[in-house]
Amino acid sequence: MRIELNGAPKDLDGTPTVADLVRHLGLERAACAVEVNARLVRKSEHAAHPLADGDRVEVVTLVGGG
Amino acid sequence: MNTTASAADRANAAANAACPAIPPIAIGGFTLRSRLVVGTGKYRDYPVMQAAIEASGADCVTVAVRRERLVDAQGRSILDFLPLDRLTILPNTAGCFTADDAVRVARLGREILEQLGNPGAGWVKLEVLGDRTTLLPDPVGTIEACKELVKDGFAVLCYSSDDPIVAARLRDAGAASVMPAGSPIGSGRGIANPSAIRLVIERLKLTEQGGSPDYPVIVDAGVGTASDIVHAMELGADGVLLNTGIAHAQDPVRMAHAMRLALDAGWHTARAGRIPRKLYANASSPWEGVISHIPGE
Repeated sequence: MRIELNGAPKDLDGTPTVADLVRHLGLERAACAVEVNARLVRKSEHAAHPLADGDRVEVVTLVGGG
Repeated sequence: MNTTASAADRANAAANAACPAIPPIAIGGFTLRSRLVVGTGKYRDYPVMQAAIEASGADCVTVAVRRERLVDAQGRSILDFLPLDRLTILPNTAGCFTADDAVRVARLGREILEQLGNPGAGWVKLEVLGDRTTLLPDPVGTIEACKELVKDGFAVLCYSSDDPIVAARLRDAGAASVMPAGSPIGSGRGIANPSAIRLVIERLKLTEQGGSPDYPVIVDAGVGTASDIVHAMELGADGVLLNTGIAHAQDPVRMAHAMRLALDAGWHTARAGRIPRKLYANASSPWEGVISHIPGE
């Protein structure tokens, strides 16, 4: 399937969940938050949230700001 | 110890005895020891940022929420340079131009801070911007987002213009603090309209104007140098939030130190009762007993 990840197309095998994606990105221990189609998916829900073709996914973290 | 140092020690001891300590500031269930809140953006590197935060004395720092740089997962994170056990993180919604986006970003920031176990998960610095060149707030979008976030349980600190009517509307929308801009973000122009800032503060704090003396007002944005902080505090602000004025100074750590001293100076001068401004001079040495010829007398 193809999703949009942080604004760029991304091909994924099988039917991954948000947890699978986060693991695939090597971010399972990182301080990050995930949105699917503009809705927050809380960390406790990652494993139960399947991704679908065309999903728009944002993975964000904290950076310096004012 | 040399003579100068002991004179300074004596001055400090006298001040500590005579001046009440600066109390912590309470904002929407949070209590901060320092009334200076500093940003974490624009530093040339993280160690300088860390040292500047330390020198500022701040126990609250702002951060932004941005896309994870997925290509550089090994890159150092800002979180490695923020002592999360001592700092309350204040996530912002910088870069948002609609209420909807600001609400999304606030929720994402809360999600990360909950994972980190930082108390900052409970609040947000709300920015809904009007355009990219002035970075002035969109008051309608800010009020809309404020209401939504308050409903969602956030303590909302609203970046605002220096308009007293908008400030009152934000307060009425449930904002835990209204934070009027001294001048545009990053402009270093200080308090561009002191009368407007004063009107905002009076509108929010004077009981006869429907305000409350305890309602926290923080001047946010535009601070270029230490005297701008003194100015904001003299006008009656409860605290000051700044980033660029420290981060882009030639010596950020030294500037952070100066900003901390300015906050203290401004707090005390605002409560020490300054003299009125007069058009003509008023001699400090007595006329009585002068031996000179005074022209015209």
